[in-house]
Amino acid sequence: MAKQSHPTMSRALQRRENIAGYLFLLPSLIFFVGFVVIPMLICIITSLTNANMHDQGLFGSFIGLTNFIKLLSDETFLEALKNTFIIVIVSVPAVCAFSLWVSSAIYKLSGPVLSAFRCIFYLPVVTGSVAVTVVWKWMYDNYTGIFNHVLKGAGLIEQNINWLGDSKYALWCIILILFTTSVGQPIVLYVSALGNVDQTLIEAAEVDGASSFQVFWKVKWAQMMPTTLYILVITTINSFQCFALIQLLTKGGAGTNTVMYHIYWTAFKLTEQAGHFGYANAMGMILAIFIGLLSALQFKLAKEK
Amino acid sequence: MKKLLAMVLAMTMVMALAACGGNNNSTPSTQDTPQQTETQTPEAPSEPAGGGELTLWTYPIGDWGKEEQVKAITDAFTADTGISVKVEYLAYADGDDKVNSAITANSAPDLIMEGPERLVTNWGDKGYLVDLSDMFDETDKTEINAAAMTACTHSNGEVYEYPLVVTAHCMAVNLDAFKEAGADQYLDLATRTWTTEDFIKAVDALYAHFNAPVGAVFCKGQGGDQGTRALVNNMYGGTFTTAAHDQYTWDDPLNVKALEQLKGMPGIAFDASLEGGDEIKVFYQGILKMAFCWNIAQQLNPNQADTGAGLTASGEEIAFMAFPSESGAPQLCGGIWGFGIFDNGDQTKIDNAKTFIKWMCDSEHTVDAVKTANYFAARSAAEGTDLSAIWADNDIMNDYQVLMPYLGDYYQVTKGWAGARTEWWTMLQKVGEGADIAETVATYAANANAAAAG
Amino acid sequence: MKIESGRGRAYKIVSVIVLIILAFLFTFPLYWIVTGAFKNGADINATKPIWIPTEWVMNNFDKLMKQRSVPLWEVYLPFGSFFNGGKKVLLTAGPEAPAAIRWLINAVLMSVLAMLLTCLTAAMAGYALAKKRFNGRALLFSLIVCAMALPKQVILIPLLKEMSALHLYDSLWAVIFPTVGWPFGVFLMKQFSESIPGEILEAARIDGSSEWNTFSTVVMPMIKPGIGALAIFTFINCWNDYFMQLVMLASGSNFTIPLGIATLQAETSVDNGLLMAGATLAAAPIIIVFLIFQKYFTQGITMGAVKG
Repeated sequence: MAKQSHPTMSRALQRRENIAGYLFLLPSLIFFVGFVVIPMLICIITSLTNANMHDQGLFGSFIGLTNFIKLLSDETFLEALKNTFIIVIVSVPAVCAFSLWVSSAIYKLSGPVLSAFRCIFYLPVVTGSVAVTVVWKWMYDNYTGIFNHVLKGAGLIEQNINWLGDSKYALWCIILILFTTSVGQPIVLYVSALGNVDQTLIEAAEVDGASSFQVFWKVKWAQMMPTTLYILVITTINSFQCFALIQLLTKGGAGTNTVMYHIYWTAFKLTEQAGHFGYANAMGMILAIFIGLLSALQFKLAKEK
Repeated sequence: MKKLLAMVLAMTMVMALAACGGNNNSTPSTQDTPQQTETQTPEAPSEPAGGGELTLWTYPIGDWGKEEQVKAITDAFTADTGISVKVEYLAYADGDDKVNSAITANSAPDLIMEGPERLVTNWGDKGYLVDLSDMFDETDKTEINAAAMTACTHSNGEVYEYPLVVTAHCMAVNLDAFKEAGADQYLDLATRTWTTEDFIKAVDALYAHFNAPVGAVFCKGQGGDQGTRALVNNMYGGTFTTAAHDQYTWDDPLNVKALEQLKGMPGIAFDASLEGGDEIKVFYQGILKMAFCWNIAQQLNPNQADTGAGLTASGEEIAFMAFPSESGAPQLCGGIWGFGIFDNGDQTKIDNAKTFIKWMCDSEHTVDAVKTANYFAARSAAEGTDLSAIWADNDIMNDYQVLMPYLGDYYQVTKGWAGARTEWWTMLQKVGEGADIAETVATYAANANAAAAG
Repeated sequence: MKIESGRGRAYKIVSVIVLIILAFLFTFPLYWIVTGAFKNGADINATKPIWIPTEWVMNNFDKLMKQRSVPLWEVYLPFGSFFNGGKKVLLTAGPEAPAAIRWLINAVLMSVLAMLLTCLTAAMAGYALAKKRFNGRALLFSLIVCAMALPKQVILIPLLKEMSALHLYDSLWAVIFPTVGWPFGVFLMKQFSESIPGEILEAARIDGSSEWNTFSTVVMPMIKPGIGALAIFTFINCWNDYFMQLVMLASGSNFTIPLGIATLQAETSVDNGLLMAGATLAAAPIIIVFLIFQKYFTQGITMGAVKG
């Protein structure tokens, strides 16, 4: 990583570095502190209160950890938490593995063909999440969607499958859409990473009699580690942002509720529930703790490699 | 070159800053800065005294959700009073969330158009709305439908909604499909009512003929849920709440019996991918042979394929029907829509909003306001204009009158209504997935009651 | 080059076939949007999918354009609402135009502004974090890493109240500012700035170049590809941030095109033709820009990440 600074920096120099450093950081910090850190602090405080939208002030009255204790036995919330993790745990490795496979299959193709493939896999990203969701909704439609039509035509299913209305399928349908809108960037990244792998190392390994699998695992994979980690980070972020899919497709029904959606629902739909703002913020806190742990884990991994 | 680029960039930012300039109140100011009024509305230079502007948020209540029709009537109001109206159109799917987030951000609109379940039970109850009781004199009280007046009045005596229109929600059948399957024998098109037994026979006959579900208990969300509630309640005479509207009683064994019956019918699908609006679309496409989310506005409104009123996309005839009941005398869910005023602390605005309500709901213009909604007037006469026969020239509306006597209890004003709706559709999803019906119904009804208790 | 075995060749053929199928599946939704937008009512409502429109019509676009009308543009006095009793001060408004056009303008304006602000602030902050040895650097960096994956739903309520207090609710700034505050850009630029050789900075300092001069003339050119990557990422991210748009924007004249389409979908009668027309309008601009600048897109993305 970074070059180590001089261990014995003079006081004056240190002050100069401090001033310069913070001046450069200032514009960014204004936004970061103003629109992320402060709301987060308010969120922490509110999660310990019974605040609701009808309060005149910012906070309700302090009720300790009551919200958190209530959440631990709230089945809807626990199901939402489970679904959130299913989405992340399934989609992140799937996106990585799939994009790695596609990239290794296309990176040696000639220029125009390669760009054509890259473009195609990037299309769902630039189409925009709402536009993509709207069209998938139509394709999944129980009565007139093309999925049921094609599968029935091919004789694979007897009865229409209610893709978005059946809890056996709905979550997976959402993961599939998320998947198609997530692989674009990883593919572009892996294609270039594969192109940059040091050829001499591969040749050396082949001379040593390594199998193609060993070459891949020991040489290419190792060299692409930074790319993989970067992809893990952006895919994880992406998977936590799947609000539009839930809101526009199922409204959290059919076993697709996520914590992100449930926070919104509790905050603005269940407004008659006592202390609903505090409760929603407590959910946010639990999610934030999990995400913090996940990020820490990812960066620990990154440091070790 | 680079400096130039930086300049252009900076300019863009400043321009844009101006363009997206923040505001707390989504209306442009004209009251305090009269010189700007001219640039904003050059076509109306001589505004009558007392001009100002209002924001109205409206749910899609008949054609009150369509800009073309609403603009015509608000323009007439502006020409008359000098008060301009800026209308925003809400959808049922996320309208509540929008209003709630606007309230949270202290940016509620001046006027809102909806029914008592939101205006009285929710926002009125929480103290966001202005009491309108001073707008009703003795004549008004005799003219306005008594049930509507009761529903618009909070238990504390304050009135939070000025009712404009009423209707009864019903269901619809695809008449051509019924005839094809020989199920039309169960329909009585004169009284528009049928018994539960006949309904079951009809569904079975349709299923035998089409070999696919012909009706859907839709439960993706709360949209159109009055249809599923009315279906379940009417089949065996179950209730949704107590008569005093203080508790949810949908765990009534009669409702459980109805749900068990529906679940056991192959012709009825519990569909968690549909809301009311989706169901109507599938019905229009001729796939479902009956729709539970229906009322006169749907019957009058041509579908997207523009095949004409009362016809499906392929031109098959649609007949509206009451929900089936054991006795043949159903209790239909009512719709009562009108205006409420948000108390944003500005007396001028509140007065202007009252002027608006008076103009729309109690004047010679009420005819147009009612006709825009495609429903029946909530009163017999307004300031001397008789409203009882405004639909005399419309056959469909005349036919629909036969359903109005079946208008049942307006129980949507029970406390904790928004939460109860969520429990209701979640419960239907679970029932659809094959959970034990009596147990599921009991659990979710208890949840609704617990949430309502606070 | 090694001589390929029979199995290797078979694998290649299979993988090419699979790739072609995948390519088809990935382009199909877009095909379905565009054809759906040009189908007539009968095709849209047909119970069996119509693969190719029987006739290409503009009905859906006509309907979309007639749906709502709002002023084509509105310019307000910045922060006018603070000294005008909470009401914003309108300077000038454009002619009434179809709302969809305004939504498109809003979405572009919003995403471009978020992109410019993010790139500028993140480039500066990333450079400082990578190259300046100030106190509290490690702590700040961990904070940024932890906040990176945080979904905005977590801070939804405080953020909404804050926007209301700043009189920014129902304006595009309410979506732009949290996007700029999102620290992923700083992280990306920090990783990228690590590669700047310390000797060059040292040399600039010895030459008497001011801090700002060093940044703008030495550092900026070196991290340009990274900024490119960040610009693309931020633009797409802001455009797709349906959630913030949904919560923060209330009036039809402030909607963005993604929010507008979602609103159309939410209304009682679902008209797929109208929705696809809206989706086409929303997708076309970015897709066209993407196809034109495809090379820079892929270059930018990869350059930004190699240093991950």
